[in-house]
Amino acid sequence: MLAVSAAAGLLAAPERAILLIGLPDLPFHLRRDALTSIFLVLLGGASTGISIFSAGYFRKGEGALPGLLCLQYHVFLASMGFVLLADDAYAFMVSWETMAISSYFLVTTQHRIPEIRRAGFLYLLIAHLGAIAILLSFGVMQGGSWQFTFDAMRGAHLGPEWSSVAFGLALFGFGAKAGLVPLHVWLPEAHPAAPSPVSALMSGVMLKTAVYGVLRVTFDLLAHPLWWWGLIALALGLASAFYGVIFAAVQSDMKRLLAWSSIENIGVIFTALGLAIVFQGLDMGPLAAIALIACLYHCLNHALMKSLLFLGTGAVLHATGERNLGRLGGLIHRMPWVAGFTLVGVLAIAGLPPLNGFVSEWLLLQAFLFAEKVPKSFVNMLLPLGAAVVALCTALAGYVMVKFFGVIFLGKPREPRLADAHDADALERIGLALLALGCVGLGVFPVQVIRALDLVSSQLLGATLGQRGASWWLLAPAVVRDSAYGPVALLVVGATIVGLTAVMVGLLYHRRVRRAPAWDCGFGRLDARMQDTAEGFGQPIRHIFQPFFLMSRELPSPADSNPRYSVTITDRIWRWCYEPAGGIVRWLSDQVAWLQQGRIATYLLYSFITLLVLLALVL
Amino acid sequence: MSILGLATQLFEVIAAVLVAPAFLGWVNQCRAWLQNRTAPSVLQPYRGLRKLFWKDAVLAENASWLFRATPYVVFGLMVLAAAVVPSLSTRLPLTAAADGIALVGLLATARVFLSLAAMDIGTAFGTLGARREMMVGFLAEPALLMVLFVAAMISGTTSLPKIAEGLSGGTLALYPSLAFTAVAFTFVLLAENARIPVDNPSTHLELTMIHEATLLEYSARHLALMEWAAALKLFNYACIGFALFAPWGVATEAQGLTGLLFAAPVLGTKLLVAGAALAVVETISAKLRVFRAPEFLATAFLLAVLGLLVHLLLGA
Repeated sequence: MLAVSAAAGLLAAPERAILLIGLPDLPFHLRRDALTSIFLVLLGGASTGISIFSAGYFRKGEGALPGLLCLQYHVFLASMGFVLLADDAYAFMVSWETMAISSYFLVTTQHRIPEIRRAGFLYLLIAHLGAIAILLSFGVMQGGSWQFTFDAMRGAHLGPEWSSVAFGLALFGFGAKAGLVPLHVWLPEAHPAAPSPVSALMSGVMLKTAVYGVLRVTFDLLAHPLWWWGLIALALGLASAFYGVIFAAVQSDMKRLLAWSSIENIGVIFTALGLAIVFQGLDMGPLAAIALIACLYHCLNHALMKSLLFLGTGAVLHATGERNLGRLGGLIHRMPWVAGFTLVGVLAIAGLPPLNGFVSEWLLLQAFLFAEKVPKSFVNMLLPLGAAVVALCTALAGYVMVKFFGVIFLGKPREPRLADAHDADALERIGLALLALGCVGLGVFPVQVIRALDLVSSQLLGATLGQRGASWWLLAPAVVRDSAYGPVALLVVGATIVGLTAVMVGLLYHRRVRRAPAWDCGFGRLDARMQDTAEGFGQPIRHIFQPFFLMSRELPSPADSNPRYSVTITDRIWRWCYEPAGGIVRWLSDQVAWLQQGRIATYLLYSFITLLVLLALVL
Repeated sequence: MSILGLATQLFEVIAAVLVAPAFLGWVNQCRAWLQNRTAPSVLQPYRGLRKLFWKDAVLAENASWLFRATPYVVFGLMVLAAAVVPSLSTRLPLTAAADGIALVGLLATARVFLSLAAMDIGTAFGTLGARREMMVGFLAEPALLMVLFVAAMISGTTSLPKIAEGLSGGTLALYPSLAFTAVAFTFVLLAENARIPVDNPSTHLELTMIHEATLLEYSARHLALMEWAAALKLFNYACIGFALFAPWGVATEAQGLTGLLFAAPVLGTKLLVAGAALAVVETISAKLRVFRAPEFLATAFLLAVLGLLVHLLLGA
């Protein structure tokens, strides 16, 4: 298992050398430019932490054989690397499919459980729908030259209609992989099914390869994006962000909650991406740069923090064998390390300063401030309203994360056996610590990160964000007037104030502390069942956003001696999109079924007729 | 960053920390007068704090480090927030590092810590309070952000001192969009500071309480810090309101120390008026059911968004 971390280390190696290197090779064209490099850094950075963690995690060998698991894991990692490096459609599609299939096997590690097989099937189905769309998109982009290298596609110069078709297909294809609404349904099924490090890798890294695909197609292969494509991406992004976060708030399975939260974050990423396309399509380079950098920054952030959280749930799952929030609680005492690292991830993903989630939020909101300058009437009025949705989603993400952390780690243990929970082992702690450190680092030193991201921006947009003045601690993009964000200063001043307060209170007064039972309102019976459950914590969201949920509730009657309360929440999109689509597919296959007569003679007749038709066509 | 700037910054922060309980005391005094009660002194909050600081801290048996650290973190965040709101002067070096969006972020961080600490003990009231605090927060936070967003669009920057200077300087223009956002901001201020239509600051052990429920397990110096932080939060919100909707009288860079001498009494007057107005609002309105609170806050959010639309439509 040490090889795992070695492989990740190899991938992390290009971290410093972000250069334009061409590697022509006959069958597979590979190329590494700034865009590839940034995503390779993302892959390497996140997978280093995940790999070290999984070296500790997989020792027990659940489900599949450890050796097989290790092989699939590495194939998965390598194929993601090749997706990023590919420079022609063949190489891209082959690695894309390898990625899908290896991750399918990783998802179905515990293939004996029927739900997991079902989740895996759903994932494979949607992955292939997406792959077909991507393939068609490449077909459109080669523009009649029948050259499938990316260089040929760059030179194809499609008209606006065909490039719009190519963009639409690519957005559908990559959107299916990324989990954009309404193609998100596989995410909440597949993530809980997979082992935690695999969920971390899928959510943290694999979803980003889809973002990479959209960026590559839109800004590189199609070269001149039309501004209204951005509106589509923006609308889908906002819808995903909002839909993802309200569903995350009502989940009671911790991994499902994180999966929905991934949908939210992908939504935020696509919102920034859409904004970048709008600005770029209208030749507003520096503004497109701020939106694009917000998008890339959020990709990096999400890779680290979501991996961290998924690994945290993995550690909890190992320690307790429980994924249901309703049977957890109080683990901060038993698992202080995991709780501490998870807290960093929680604060980061809730978009709180001075951690990394806030930086991308700040950039995105700054980009939205300029949206009124878009020279299209009506659009310039609607576009800034997107900021309101982003603000709402960020605040809701805070709600979701308080629920996630509070119910798992705080309070009293809801089950007696949680008292035996053990903390993560050394390797797992190192993996978690690396990712947490990454979150803090990205949060505190945005200027240095953006200097690297500016290379991508200048490659894709021909414009950079730039920096007012040359300060290393103050994030002050050139287009943003007068305002800046300096997390280092905030952190230092904040820590000084907190420290000073603690010292002064300690010195001026006394430090006496007495321990006593919690206040029970004089009733003398306070147990863990009286705490808010995960369902209870989600109740306000269920109440406020009721129209979005499809709920079926089972309420006990007042006279019931053994009352049971249950609520199931389903996604309305299942009812609206997938069930009709499934029905149509079933109807079609029923119509075709009469061909299948079950007699050899009939099938021979079919072959004969086919042969005749073909001969007639050829002659 | 000049010495004068640093001195102004320090003076402003210390003044905010020291004056905040008096502002709370003034609001309470006004409320008592309006309700025909014998009014407590303006200094009553200080007496309460002193009493709490000298008591022995009692911690619940299963309180974790998070519970003990939270009062210091929340207090520190509120002080930090006070440092970036241009209440007395716009010459604040720290505002270079934190604009309006970062200010909202700081307030949100404090709320998250408060809610997590409330869940730490695992009592029914604590978790209930945490849930409700976050419920109020997730609607109030975007509303506040949108209020700032409108002001930022008008003045072309998210930096609070620049917004305050831009809105106060030159002609006394009337912005219709700011009228909408002012109402939205008032709603947010009431909700975020646990004031009457949403929460009642003077009740305990009532099923409708929000903020007090989160503090139920705190005692002595921890409680003192939490209450001081709450007073500071109210003070900060009042000062954000002044910076956006009544920005005149704040010392600017050019004015130096004399501006500061002039700005202090102006701020005092504004606080007296705002405190009295707050007391009037609290006295004439009835507490909402908890289920109605989201409607109240959704109204605030929509008003702020409407303000944004008005700005975009009218360009003012």
